[in-house]
Amino acid sequence: MSESHPPSTDHAGHDSPEAIKQHVKVYLLIGAALLLGTGLTVGAYYVHIASVPVTIAVALCIATVKASLVAAYFMHLISEKKMIYVLLCFTAFFFLGLMGLTVWAMQDYPVLPGK
Amino acid sequence: MDTAIPYTVEPRRETGLYNAKVGIWLFLASEVMLFGALFSSYVLLRVGNDAWPHGLLNIPIGTFNTAVLITSSITVVMAWASLKMSQFHQARLYLAATVLCSLMFLGIKSYEYRAKFIHYEVRLTDGKVMTGHAEANGHTAFLTLAKLQKMKVDKFEFHPDATHDAAHSEPLLLETSKIEQLECYGPWHHTYFAIYFTLTGLHGLHVCGGMFVFLYLLVPGVKMWQTDPRRYTNRIEIAGLFWHFVDLVWIFLFPVLYLL
Repeated sequence: MSESHPPSTDHAGHDSPEAIKQHVKVYLLIGAALLLGTGLTVGAYYVHIASVPVTIAVALCIATVKASLVAAYFMHLISEKKMIYVLLCFTAFFFLGLMGLTVWAMQDYPVLPGK
Repeated sequence: MDTAIPYTVEPRRETGLYNAKVGIWLFLASEVMLFGALFSSYVLLRVGNDAWPHGLLNIPIGTFNTAVLITSSITVVMAWASLKMSQFHQARLYLAATVLCSLMFLGIKSYEYRAKFIHYEVRLTDGKVMTGHAEANGHTAFLTLAKLQKMKVDKFEFHPDATHDAAHSEPLLLETSKIEQLECYGPWHHTYFAIYFTLTGLHGLHVCGGMFVFLYLLVPGVKMWQTDPRRYTNRIEIAGLFWHFVDLVWIFLFPVLYLL
């Protein structure tokens, strides 16, 4: 196999070999940050925070930051076309709606005697 | 008549994207709702359950598996970047590393599953409840009281879990007649395990699917690099988007199932 093929240029400028070389450093940094985030999540678990809601909030906050890094840099959402953003806005609307309904449904649990 | 599939490389004027990219994002949108529905089920099941178990999964192993999946995400994006820079051999190495990471992830997950299928909760007729590992006639997995009776096992070895008082408990010889219930930590044991196996099983299927796609692109599909390198690079990008989504789902699954 030869290595002399021309690279794709669908995002002219952003996807040039020179630009990609710069991106590689960012990818490695993001990868390191993700591994560090995993360490932090586990570290927070062993710290034993007394409040359960705070523990959940800390773990989900770290997970959200990690997921945002993956989406923004590895999935290139930081510099994507408008159509993808529109599509994701619809997805976010329905996803948040689903979670909203879930939280709403939680209010319907009967209060058992002694609780 | 031209039978070539349009917009596999060149962006379509209306969207500014090649078609496969629109397709994969539409697919990922549907995946968000699929996993979203399961996460929603998890929340409702957990809130509605009085006693949610903790500490039943191996955190160091789960952490290592998370690191393996994150590493595979890095290798995928590096494979794509290498192709963009026309470094084909480097890209192949990164792809091979991705396949290796996915195999490792699945292997570790299988080990974790097996650990649950050989771990039991036994309820004795006197009301005592113990957890640990059982062995009857060389069988260690999926044992039940009905199975023991069918195998005509009168007594079987049981290794209780270590307690706070004793790091190593002595193995016991339990009589089958004095057992009320014997159940391994399968999906049927507790709602927690039902949702754990459903979520991680579905995620595992995604890892499996992604691994086969990368294997295809690494071995038979690699010929495209000679005939249409830009299209091949786009294929890696599309498979990569799927892979990053799989990684993203695990980023939430790990704390939710292992730590909280």
